[in-house]
Amino acid sequence: MNSRIFHIAANTFREAVRDRVLYNLIAFALLMSGAAILVGQISIEIERLVVINLGLTAVSLFGVVIAIFIGIGLVSKEIDKRTLYTVLSRPVRRWEFITGKFFGLAGTLAVNTFLMAIGVFAALLYVSHHFQKSDGWLLVALYFIALQFVILTALALFFSSFSSPLLSAVFAFALFVIGSFAEDLRGFARMAHGLERWLATAAAYLVPNFSALNIISSVAHGQPVSGQLIFYNSLYALIYASMALCGAVLIFERRNLK
Amino acid sequence: MSASRRVTIVAGVLLIASVAGVILTLRLVDQNRTSATLEEVLYISSPQAVKRLSLGYDGLLADIYWTRAVQYFGSQHMMQSARYDLLAPLLDITTTLDPHLLVAYEFGSHFLAGQSPNGAGMPEKAAELVERGIRNNPNEWRLYYNLGFVYYLEMKDYAKATEAFAQGSGVPNAHPFMKILAANMAQHAGELETARMLWQTTYATTKEDLIRKNAVAHLRALKVDEDITELEKLVAAYQQQTGVNPSSFNALIGKGMLPGVPVDPDGKPYKLMADGRIELHNPDDFAFVEKGLPPGFQPKPPKF
Repeated sequence: MNSRIFHIAANTFREAVRDRVLYNLIAFALLMSGAAILVGQISIEIERLVVINLGLTAVSLFGVVIAIFIGIGLVSKEIDKRTLYTVLSRPVRRWEFITGKFFGLAGTLAVNTFLMAIGVFAALLYVSHHFQKSDGWLLVALYFIALQFVILTALALFFSSFSSPLLSAVFAFALFVIGSFAEDLRGFARMAHGLERWLATAAAYLVPNFSALNIISSVAHGQPVSGQLIFYNSLYALIYASMALCGAVLIFERRNLK
Repeated sequence: MSASRRVTIVAGVLLIASVAGVILTLRLVDQNRTSATLEEVLYISSPQAVKRLSLGYDGLLADIYWTRAVQYFGSQHMMQSARYDLLAPLLDITTTLDPHLLVAYEFGSHFLAGQSPNGAGMPEKAAELVERGIRNNPNEWRLYYNLGFVYYLEMKDYAKATEAFAQGSGVPNAHPFMKILAANMAQHAGELETARMLWQTTYATTKEDLIRKNAVAHLRALKVDEDITELEKLVAAYQQQTGVNPSSFNALIGKGMLPGVPVDPDGKPYKLMADGRIELHNPDDFAFVEKGLPPGFQPKPPKF
């Protein structure tokens, strides 16, 4: 990574870590994992299942909220505070600014996910007193959740490169919901005919496929995940994030900042 | 070339390459996740739990579950699978989410009742589904028709079929044919003619192309079964008269037992085998036939 991108990313990370909202969300995610223990104790035979499902869902949802609400402000906040002009007056290119911001937030989310994952595993250990071999798949589920954040961060950045923070949040959240039903959307496309089929197929391939990245239910039941799926999902998230990032760079390069 | 222009070109090319890459990798991901969505949705197998989790958006969720049921049936049917384990739970969830989704009861009972590989081979589940549909929609005559249909054709329970048609004929705006069907059941249960009447009614009253094509396939099969039954009777009569099996249909024509070489609904001549059996020229063209198939023949799924 070039040093200018690295510095912008480090700065973004520092800024996000200082952000009180971020701390609150981490605390809340840990609280949710704690609540899982309580629910587990009043349930029968599904303590582990509840801890895994609730814990991973909390990690996913809080990460999504962070990715969207911090991501949409990455560009607009710099414009509002007029710090963007200071940055761009130095030998920093616009694409470097966007890329740095992306890596900064992605790094923040990676640390955030890591901390929340510790909370989930601690809760799991508390409930079952020992780890099982199949618990290793939880790491894959957490990795897939992190891939979701990478895509979502790129999308939030893409929307924030041309739209207001409020609209960017609406767009990003709507895409998250639609993307969670991406496989159903492709199913609808397969059942349509003619022009509708083409349009539905195009839409189905353009929205991010979050459903393939959500394996919480299957790992909760101890089901293994194929190596091929891990590889293809990683490749998919990487390419999709690059696509959104390229879009953001293209728009931001041409944006009139005066 | 300015630096900004260079960035625009590189980002533009990368964007196009990424779009192609996204489509390609998504297809690879899909290949690794066959039926994964369906398996996952049934981790919550309780319809009531799904309804509560829908937060009031149960109509939309019912539509999604119905689409999943159709896709599941279609994919299993294409693979000629003998197992349709998820079909009944998917239909159960769909109709719990939206008890007035009539299409789920009508199509669902067809999917569940048909014998494998054309259906799930679960007529009891089909009857349960339609009975639940009637409880939720007591004024829909088509549901009584579907129930009678399942009892008559798939379960051969003629008494219950008669009861279903009779109850349906009393529903406001019921098709006038329901009364005729109810009366016919009592007198001619088990006859091919009654089965033909049922499929003709289905053909005439349905709005769905798939159901109509299914009815046509069944009517063609009934015609073949009827033809072959008659031809086998003639062969038996010839054998009684002469003591040997006829060598060809010409032997029957020569005796005045047949006006000409008999043909199937596609106009192709039936085959008279050396042991006196009658076979279809192209058995693959007639799904659902019970007669005229070569020994050990495995039927292909119908082409709709």
